[in-house]
Amino acid sequence: MRAGAVSKRRLSQRTAFSLLIVATIIVVLPVLAIGIQIIVGGADAISWKFLTQAPSQAGKAGGILPAIVGTFYLMLGTIIVALPLGVMAGIYLTEYAKETWLTKSINLAIVNLAGVPSIVYGLFGLGVFVLLFHFGMSLLSASLTLACQALAMTVTTSREAILAVPREYREGSLAVGATRWQTIRHLVLPQASPGIITGAVLAMSRAAGETAPILVVGAAFLLPGLPQSPFDQFMALPYHLYTVAAHVPGMPKSTMWGVALVLLVVVLSFNVLATIIRLRARQRRLNA
Amino acid sequence: MKINSVLSNGKVVSQSKAKLKTEAVNLYYGSFQALRNISLEIPERAITAIIGPSGCGKSSFLRIFNRMNDLITGARVEGRVELDDINIYDKSIDVVELRKRVGMVFQKPNPFPMSVFENVAFGPRRHGKNNIGELEDIIERSLHQAALWDEVKDKLGQSALSLSGGQQQRLCIARVLAVEPEIILMDEPCSALDPMATLKIEELMRSLAENYTIVIVTHNMQQAARVSDMAAFLMMEEDRAGVLVEYGPTSELFTNPKDKRTEDYITGRFG
Repeated sequence: MRAGAVSKRRLSQRTAFSLLIVATIIVVLPVLAIGIQIIVGGADAISWKFLTQAPSQAGKAGGILPAIVGTFYLMLGTIIVALPLGVMAGIYLTEYAKETWLTKSINLAIVNLAGVPSIVYGLFGLGVFVLLFHFGMSLLSASLTLACQALAMTVTTSREAILAVPREYREGSLAVGATRWQTIRHLVLPQASPGIITGAVLAMSRAAGETAPILVVGAAFLLPGLPQSPFDQFMALPYHLYTVAAHVPGMPKSTMWGVALVLLVVVLSFNVLATIIRLRARQRRLNA
Repeated sequence: MKINSVLSNGKVVSQSKAKLKTEAVNLYYGSFQALRNISLEIPERAITAIIGPSGCGKSSFLRIFNRMNDLITGARVEGRVELDDINIYDKSIDVVELRKRVGMVFQKPNPFPMSVFENVAFGPRRHGKNNIGELEDIIERSLHQAALWDEVKDKLGQSALSLSGGQQQRLCIARVLAVEPEIILMDEPCSALDPMATLKIEELMRSLAENYTIVIVTHNMQQAARVSDMAAFLMMEEDRAGVLVEYGPTSELFTNPKDKRTEDYITGRFG
């Protein structure tokens, strides 16, 4: 009787563990499958030529250099705009703004900014940057559009990184007669910078993967060369992937997977970079 | 309980000049009154201890003198608080300049996550001293004053966080001394330290009292009795506002308290 009760408990414990393991496998499996599929399918397409030449025959031949370069330009343009604005807004909201209904609604708006579908940013960019400001379909318009989207992230991560700096540091600094700005500049920001940079790198990797917004503000299907100025149109990896996969009949499969592989490597390498920065900062804190 | 004489630093405290003075001070956090009608005079170049049970507003009272309460939204001070006969809550007062004259040491040692050298240099640098030779002089002097020089002179470049708790607290004292204040506020500076480190800080306080006006908050009554020249006993009233029950030379307050509540507290009947 007693022994039976014990084995019944064991059985239910084992069943629960098995279920959890199965669920975990189901979660991991698609990720693995995608990775393997992309690497196996795309490895053949990767060559020096593929990475360094412009496309020809509607992307069926040649390489994807303009798309790679375009994506890097986009990431750069996005972060140049979104990082300083995000950090400054983050400082204001944490260190200076009094808690009123206005700042509360600003905070709420920033949180909700992250939830706006990306195509809506695209339409906003089309209306404001392309048409209203006459920046045209261009790298500049696309960078500004993606920067608007990235702002939600840079403001939030800056704010969190600044809030994580202990109050004791601020008090210690003010207590020796430092001004508020000196305290922020010389104590709070250096402490918060790993968190801020991590957020910025993640925002860049997200910008690299965006397809919908750039579709309407300047991404081109095929360009023979690289953009020469911010007012030029540009190619980008995700948009290129979309067109070669959906709009070009007779496209070699390996080319499609090859583009996907390059895009994945770009995005993942930035995510890894963010992780490294975070780990090194933690290490430094522990050693200090 | 061993009790030091009133004149532990060889001076007649009651005759020395008042460095700080409060007149009918009320402190509010929003609608909550934290302190009520506190008037006292703190003598120059002596140690004044603020004692009382937890939550009676000791720390809030201390933070009135360098206007640290300003950082709390809704904090409001009524009455006069004078430093050298000037009202520090006057509109014309520059808070940054005030905090340079009135330094503060906190309950938990809070060295910055930078080198020992940069910790002490932090204040002077913010006040525009960037000449490295001048800074070296200031740092050596400050660390000597804080009785820390011999222990850290070979590791000025090391992280301040690698020091022991007691060393960290003395470093924080050196950091304050580096900006040459006139007054040092100490908010339970030994509560996070072991007895040996506490003893060192207490000795340090006695030596600093020769040149500085020190105000210390402590809930350790032996400590107040050991180090202070003057003692103020604060207590909460029924609405939780802190009031000053008794204030006088430490030896009198501890041996011959005038108020029954003081006597009950120092004999350990509550608190």
